[in-house]
Amino acid sequence: MKTTVKLWWGIAVLIILSPLGLILPARLKAGAAWGEWGLEEIQKLAGYIPRGMAKWSGLWSAPLADYGFGAWAEKGLPRLSLTYIISAALGIIVVAALSFFIGKILSRKGG
Amino acid sequence: MHIPDGYLGPVTCGFFYAVMLPIWAAASKIVKRTLQARHAPLLAIGAAFSFVIMMFNLPIPGGSTGHAVGAVLAAILLGPWAGCIAVTVALVVQALLFGDGGITAIGANCFNMAFVEVFAGYYLYRLISGSSPVTSGRRVIAAGIAGYTALNIAALSAAVMFGIQPLLHKTAGGQSLYCPYGLNVAIPMMLGGHLAVFGWIEAIVTALVVKYLQKHDPLLLETGGGAHDENHG
Repeated sequence: MKTTVKLWWGIAVLIILSPLGLILPARLKAGAAWGEWGLEEIQKLAGYIPRGMAKWSGLWSAPLADYGFGAWAEKGLPRLSLTYIISAALGIIVVAALSFFIGKILSRKGG
Repeated sequence: MHIPDGYLGPVTCGFFYAVMLPIWAAASKIVKRTLQARHAPLLAIGAAFSFVIMMFNLPIPGGSTGHAVGAVLAAILLGPWAGCIAVTVALVVQALLFGDGGITAIGANCFNMAFVEVFAGYYLYRLISGSSPVTSGRRVIAAGIAGYTALNIAALSAAVMFGIQPLLHKTAGGQSLYCPYGLNVAIPMMLGGHLAVFGWIEAIVTALVVKYLQKHDPLLLETGGGAHDENHG
């Protein structure tokens, strides 16, 4: 299946280009996605922090929150872009491995 | 469109987990019957593509951001049930590893992007394609229209989830407990961005990849990863 190899190359290119998803919004001064604000932003937008939101918003601390590694987030767009690419690559490896594994299990006939 | 923790109340979160469980079960059952081992790599590609395309946040200048989902392409390539599994895997990894979308909202987010968008996109594509040959230009158009429309239907579904929260959960003082915006705000805000910008990206990407596959490997479009309607298999 040669096409699949080509499609993987396409995905590799998308990984390299992924920082565009950071840089373009920063350049055009766009904020968070609608309905995905942090608590400070919601305080500004709505004038208060909904109580249930305050309770649940910190429920999960993702290891690579926002596709970056914590401390590097303060160090500017170039560093941020690098962490974004690494996160994209890591995420793709996990997603591909998981779905490949699921595909293999589901396609095992007579099992 | 990745609803975070704290935006949907327990009723909504629980409801959509309950809705998704039988859908995931049905997807596993149907895919188990139709998927062949050699198609597992295609499932991985569909999931990986959806994952990476969602990282391309696009700005509405001075406003919010959003992105395409790639769910319609996954649906065209894999069929709706395997497409549902592929996008689910992408969404679960995004939530657990990257905090993109809440843990409590995985059911809701999968309902919007891995179910509503996948199935709406798939059947729109089939409907518009009609009986046209797999390499016809009509199918490229069909893929584009399906991408644009299905992403917007998914955005509408997310907007309704956001918008019903003030109706469901309020304090005695009238403040919302979760998402503070009602349907009158959530629907125009969510649809605005998706109709104006993000839907077009979904349309273009879906149409371009279909066109590419028509030229280089039309068989992939025909077999749909071997996981199309079970009554075709």
